[in-house]
Amino acid sequence: MKTCLVVDDSRVIRKVARRILEDIGFEIAEASDGMEALAWCRAAMPDAVLLDWNMPMMTGIEFLRHLRLEPGGDKPTVVFCTVENDIERIREALDCGANEYIMKPFDGDIIASKFAEAGLI
Amino acid sequence: MRPEDIDLVVQLCAARAGLFVDPGKTYLLESRLGPVARRENFGSIDDMIAALRAKREDRLAWAIVECMASSETAFFRDRGPFNLFRDEILPTLARLRDGEPIRIWSAACGSGQEVYSLAMIIEDQRALIPGAKLELFASDLSERALEKAQSGLYTQFEIQRGLPIRQLVRHFEKADEMWALSPRIRQMVRWRRINLVADLSAAGRFDVIFCRYVLGALVEPMRARLLENLARALSPDGFLFLGLGEAAMGLSEAFQPVSGRPGLYARNPSFRAAA
Repeated sequence: MKTCLVVDDSRVIRKVARRILEDIGFEIAEASDGMEALAWCRAAMPDAVLLDWNMPMMTGIEFLRHLRLEPGGDKPTVVFCTVENDIERIREALDCGANEYIMKPFDGDIIASKFAEAGLI
Repeated sequence: MRPEDIDLVVQLCAARAGLFVDPGKTYLLESRLGPVARRENFGSIDDMIAALRAKREDRLAWAIVECMASSETAFFRDRGPFNLFRDEILPTLARLRDGEPIRIWSAACGSGQEVYSLAMIIEDQRALIPGAKLELFASDLSERALEKAQSGLYTQFEIQRGLPIRQLVRHFEKADEMWALSPRIRQMVRWRRINLVADLSAAGRFDVIFCRYVLGALVEPMRARLLENLARALSPDGFLFLGLGEAAMGLSEAFQPVSGRPGLYARNPSFRAAA
């Protein structure tokens, strides 16, 4: 079973994302900011990361820069999931190594479609 | 809605466009017809149908048929057929046509996602098929669908269904709350209103036709007619894409499936289009 780390400072969003991703066959771990997510990844690299942008302690983009420098950190497929929808922001995320990008609000169809684009399902 | 009004709409759609409308789906009928009634300044759907009975006005009749014909779609719907088009059909036709125009038709294009997906593929593959001359056509029964399609404007929800993020960044710009497709891609497509079950002899000849998820929306007797129409419009060595699983609806004698290529069909060599 593939694993997905859901990183979002909103407990509600994490819960919604968890339900959708479990339905399409992922095992879920949760983190509430980039720092916590990085600790998770150092312990066990997930197959996928669903990543919010704006979070306390460490933002999603900072997390992504750190992750890609970690040993094995090039492996996880990273899908941003954020209210940021400026094209410059999307470019920045892709330049930092994001694989796909979801603009909130999202639903199950969008997550499934984007995870398929990213080759995760 | 009154049962006799529902029957009138069902019969109108079948007669004009070969369209199957389920009389049991009252909610669908009302949710589609309500906006048309408001747009046409009627107090209710009942008033609109009464006016239709009284005057038999062509424009109103078509407005009703067109609203029942529309359906949802997505960029790169089903993915596989588009990969097939990009990896096999496009290079093959480029070689065979050797600089002669390659004509591609998105039939029942709806709000345009299918034809624009093809346009983006062609744009992204240009360097690999130098000298190939591609012509893209799109048609729909509904004027309103064609207007929306031509605008190239999509909601955030629409651009997140099927469209990879790198394609979005390459070909779209944000326009307030909407996303606007680049003029370069939009200008690749020529548009026309076409009723697929009417006489298509003036539509021209095409090398590839995408006509997906239309067969299933038609009343049964019209399916064979549509397929014969498409066979006449397709060049003898051309390709037809139907929706996945639609072949079960009776391919008639005109087409045969291409083995190992779901959704892809070729003209049956023994098929002779009637004059």
